[in-house]
Amino acid sequence: MRTVVLAKYVPDATADRRFDPADHTTVRDDIESRLSELDEYAVEQAVRLSEQSGGEVLVVLMGPGGAADAALRALQMGATAAVHVRDAALRGTDAAGTALVLAAAVGRAGGADLVLTGMASTDAGTGLVPAMVAHRLGLPFVGYVDELDVAGGTATGARETEAFRERFEVALPAVVAVTDHINEPRYPSFKAIMAAKKKPVEVIALTDLGIAPDEVGFAGARTAVESALRRPARSSGEVVKDDGDGGARMVAYLVDNRLI
Amino acid sequence: MSEVLVLAQRDGDEIRRATAETVALARAFGPPALVVAGPWNDGVARSAAAAGPEKVYALSGLPDDSVSALAVAESLADLAARSVAVLLPSTREGKEVAAHLAARLESGVVTDAVRLEPDAEGRPVATQSVFAGTFTVRSRVTRGVPVVTVKPGAAEPGPATEPVVVPLAATPSPVATAVRVLDRSVRPKGDRPQLTEAEIVVSGGRGTAGDFSAVEALADALGAAVGASRAAVDSGWYPHAYQVGQTGVTVSPQVYLACGISGAIQHLAGMQTAKTIVAVNKDPEAPIMAVADFAVVGDLHAVLPKATEEIVARRR
Ligand SMILES: Cc1cc2nc3c(=O)[nH]c(=O)nc-3n(C[C@H](O)[C@H](O)[C@H](O)COP(=O)(O)OP(=O)(O)OC[C@H]3O[C@@H](n4cnc5c(N)ncnc54)[C@H](O)[C@@H]3O)c2cc1C
Repeated sequence: MRTVVLAKYVPDATADRRFDPADHTTVRDDIESRLSELDEYAVEQAVRLSEQSGGEVLVVLMGPGGAADAALRALQMGATAAVHVRDAALRGTDAAGTALVLAAAVGRAGGADLVLTGMASTDAGTGLVPAMVAHRLGLPFVGYVDELDVAGGTATGARETEAFRERFEVALPAVVAVTDHINEPRYPSFKAIMAAKKKPVEVIALTDLGIAPDEVGFAGARTAVESALRRPARSSGEVVKDDGDGGARMVAYLVDNRLI
Repeated sequence: MSEVLVLAQRDGDEIRRATAETVALARAFGPPALVVAGPWNDGVARSAAAAGPEKVYALSGLPDDSVSALAVAESLADLAARSVAVLLPSTREGKEVAAHLAARLESGVVTDAVRLEPDAEGRPVATQSVFAGTFTVRSRVTRGVPVVTVKPGAAEPGPATEPVVVPLAATPSPVATAVRVLDRSVRPKGDRPQLTEAEIVVSGGRGTAGDFSAVEALADALGAAVGASRAAVDSGWYPHAYQVGQTGVTVSPQVYLACGISGAIQHLAGMQTAKTIVAVNKDPEAPIMAVADFAVVGDLHAVLPKATEEIVARRR
């Protein structure tokens, strides 16, 4: 079986995430960045499936030079190889453009039995890309999956939305987006870290995918950010130590401020 | 004038308040047409009319035994192409329909709008809260029919109407029926307010040690919804539907009470835009303290019951 994991290199959630004041893109330089934590679940699931029933795991990323670190992380976790789409024209690409590029990269790599993704990125967090990739590839899509098995060319599992939980079955190939409840991503061993150094990472550009520069980036974007303003930081207010009256004082605070 | 399509969020036969809010919001762009997917009956019809649309599309024929977001999107594609905008709930399902629909329309999508206003030309401009609620972003769809997912609380619902009801039959493609549903358990409608729509939310974390009774009792005394941290959900103490945060729901209530929750960035992402934050935590150094307007340093199992007692006493 051949699994392709689509992954993103993102600013760390605990770093000072911010926007470029000129073009409102997410600042990607000089900020601690990593393989999106939500994509680690997809990598982990792909690797577990390959450990169970064999096959290779190809990781596809689109991003700036630093994204090589995210590719390396996925390889350390057990992925077989990585493709990194890197092109200056990609700056400003939105969800639709990202899906175009990722789907083309899956096609160029020879397709997949299973395309796995995280449920959303941890930075933009729209969660739109997985279904859009499925559309481009003409494949069925299952999102918000927190249990996933593959056997005999069929994927089975469970998914959950705010309204219901359901068990599903789909014949492969298909695109599946997994949540952070599906597994516990591994911490790579020293051996795995060393082995990853020898794994292939192919860096490709838009021309390799037959995509024109104006189909992506700001030119191809179907959405635009007009302004991005930092909210005033929240500050801590009154702190009381509970000496048996903490509960009553909390209620008094709520009442005094007409909150209840 | 072209209509604005609004996809209804339903809870059995009831249309959610958030849908009525979105219908009211839609009026700024054109006459709202509400799409109600699933079984149609008098109860749904009443609830749909109460949401205040000019027209209702009753979408039937969705395959019960397959994952339906794509089938909904396919059914709406033609109508959507003739609309001025499509507004959907900012739920997991709503976002899936939005993605599938926009892919077909070659439209842009803006997700998680907390506000939506017309610009000088009458086109929608959305306000979003991003990076764990630390930034406010204004954005718009620049290509195709704007597709926007809207969060609860974006507007006040308008008055009820007597909408025309137009039946719509789903004709799902093979891809849309490829994902077979083997079984489905619909979440029972609880007695407490909806988490995303509640004025007050009381949440419990790992600090509850698995006992949510004090959290629930306080919530009930306040008429509040109950939420949970991922640690509590991961431990199996509370269902995932109640998880607040990056991979759960985002809430923006008047008051958010975090009980035994440390305040990790992924949790803050789901509640940092609350008007007032109150924390109960044993640890005065917990990150939640830095964002709380009022905090009690103490054991929640002692503090919460006292607070509940106090509320009940004040009511008498
Ligand atoms: C990709 C990703 C997505 C995530 N998404 C989410 C999300 O959506 N929502 C979410 O919540 N988390 C999410 N997390 C997890 C998050 O990082 C934290 O691990 C989690 O929020 C911690 O939950 P907690 O505060 O209940 O537990 P802890 O961090 O363990 O904190 C427990 C707190 O309870 C206090 N306490 C203990 N006993 C008592 C007592 N008796 N009385 C009072 N206080 C007490 C402690 O002092 C401590 O501050 C995500 C993480 C990742 C990596």
